[in-house]
Amino acid sequence: MTDLGHVLTEAFGDEDGVVDVADVMQKMAEHKGCGTSSEGGKASCGSSGGPEDMDPAIWEKVKNHPCYSEEAHHHYARMHVAVAPACNIQCNYCNRKYDCANESRPGVVSEKLTPTQAAKKVLAVASTIPQMTVLGIAGPGDPLANPAKTFETFRQIMEAAPDIKLCLSTNGLALPDYVDEIAKYNVDHVTITINMVDPEIGQHIYPWIFWEHKRITGIEAARILTERQLRGLEMLTERGILAKINSVMIPGVNDQHLVEVNRAVKSRGAFLHNIMPLISAPEHGTVFGLNGQRGPTAQELKALQDSCEGEMNMMRHCRQCRADAVGLLGEDRSAEFTTDKIMEMEVEYDAAGRKAYQQAVEGERQAKVAARQEELATLGGATSAIKLLVAVATKGHGVINEHFGHAKEFQVYELSTAGAKFVGHRRVDLYCQGGYGEEDSLDTIILAINDCHAVFVAKIGGCPKADLLKAGIDPVDQYAHEYIEKSAIIWFKDYLAKVESGAIVHVERGDAAIRQGALLSAA
Amino acid sequence: MAYKIIGSQCTNCSGCEAECPNLAISERGGTFVIDPALCTECIGHFDTPQCVAICPVDNTCVIDTSVPRYHES
Ligand code: SF4
Ligand code: SF4
Ligand code: SF4
Repeated sequence: MTDLGHVLTEAFGDEDGVVDVADVMQKMAEHKGCGTSSEGGKASCGSSGGPEDMDPAIWEKVKNHPCYSEEAHHHYARMHVAVAPACNIQCNYCNRKYDCANESRPGVVSEKLTPTQAAKKVLAVASTIPQMTVLGIAGPGDPLANPAKTFETFRQIMEAAPDIKLCLSTNGLALPDYVDEIAKYNVDHVTITINMVDPEIGQHIYPWIFWEHKRITGIEAARILTERQLRGLEMLTERGILAKINSVMIPGVNDQHLVEVNRAVKSRGAFLHNIMPLISAPEHGTVFGLNGQRGPTAQELKALQDSCEGEMNMMRHCRQCRADAVGLLGEDRSAEFTTDKIMEMEVEYDAAGRKAYQQAVEGERQAKVAARQEELATLGGATSAIKLLVAVATKGHGVINEHFGHAKEFQVYELSTAGAKFVGHRRVDLYCQGGYGEEDSLDTIILAINDCHAVFVAKIGGCPKADLLKAGIDPVDQYAHEYIEKSAIIWFKDYLAKVESGAIVHVERGDAAIRQGALLSAA
Repeated sequence: MAYKIIGSQCTNCSGCEAECPNLAISERGGTFVIDPALCTECIGHFDTPQCVAICPVDNTCVIDTSVPRYHES
């Protein structure tokens, strides 16, 4: 699972590489209580929080981390390098034999690099994409099952590009043995994939682990794994290293149980919890895929995330990136940076240029926050029980700037009189579904956003517009190139007014499907 | 006897390479191979051959009967 775990990677080091552990620990301790939303719907800290509701020391650590801060993921990019594909456990949702250039799921990676190649790739990407702030080692495999390669990569990057935050994703089995080394390389953000704290349930997720030179199966394997994971989490918290927990929601296996997992990790100081849907298409050849285990629907996933939210910060913007992903979340530019291309490149690391670019990004981002605040103020006092979802086509920067027909995913926001809250994304690209016509692809998109009342786009053609309307989804294109949240709030106010005046009748929407397919390269 | 790797099954994950107590496993031309002269079947080190225990694909690290049985010296 690292991979699923590793699916998103992250970590942070301080600007100058110095971390005041005592200080951060203190902040983390204080921070625990703030997962609960204030004003029912105002973003909690962690994934969706902003500077206004987070301790400054923690905000400093997460503010330009696309995986840790929902805010940041509109503006900053991450990359993963695959250097250590060995793994010390087996998960039923992973098939390590499978590799496809268009795949985006656990266990899958196209290019394995040596630590030196990986370091060069990081510098090449950082010079091309100045908003790339985070380097993760996330699999495939468990980075800590091959510690030599993993830490050598971190060492080289720490020396060459000290401004890049380092992070690591692991299944946790070996974690307690490496916490000190993790701290030594300033990897101060670690993701652990934890799918259970009850070995009875664990035995249905993990067929075996490799532990103390033996392959161990059944309940015993799950018991060792959960003990090591929770111990590792505690050790990270003790050292002031932020930990994110990834969990894979497997209906009928651990879906109910994840509430308990949420409690267990929160009490041990986890910073953020990311509940992800199981990916289990039969053609992936995983145990779950082959035995027909289904993934959750959009509504099931959201209901579970919502029920855990009172407990702690939930992450909703995870894209389950592949282990060699490059770029903003939701895009993958890895094809631009193949080993051949990188080895030919003359790389000059331009730290000053990166800094200047990132400062400009900060300005842009503050403008967006200000716009949202301004619009929120105009909702002030309005009360309505109506809560609904809208989908947004965006290429990033927090702006509605994507054509309906070009969107590979839609971001979903929940609107209420408390404001616009990001709750997830829906993948719609159809690359791996060769042979489907335009008509079918529109049906699939409608299925993916069927729980939304409207879809915000920069542009849309007449035909899809009519079909969307027929399906009861309002295509909204009058906010092209404007801020997402501000526009959504304006639209929502208008919607409420129309309901009030009787011009429209508010009806609840149905469920939507989570697409299992690939995330196509945005390059 | 020694262990060998069925190349067509191997995912090149390198898991076995790190676990072999005799450094008998290495990557050659993009796939992993066992040097039968170095493999001791893990006898004297562990209860089970480490390459077999860690390999994610069953029946990929298998016994090679064409090689004489290893004897602890
Ligand atoms: S089997 Fe290993 S590589 Fe695959 S998802 Fe699980 S931890 Fe990750
Ligand atoms: S059986 Fe043991 S000694 Fe032989 S190759 Fe496998 S791990 Fe190495
Ligand atoms: S552990 Fe198995 S799959 Fe991995 S490199 Fe060794 S033989 Fe290949």
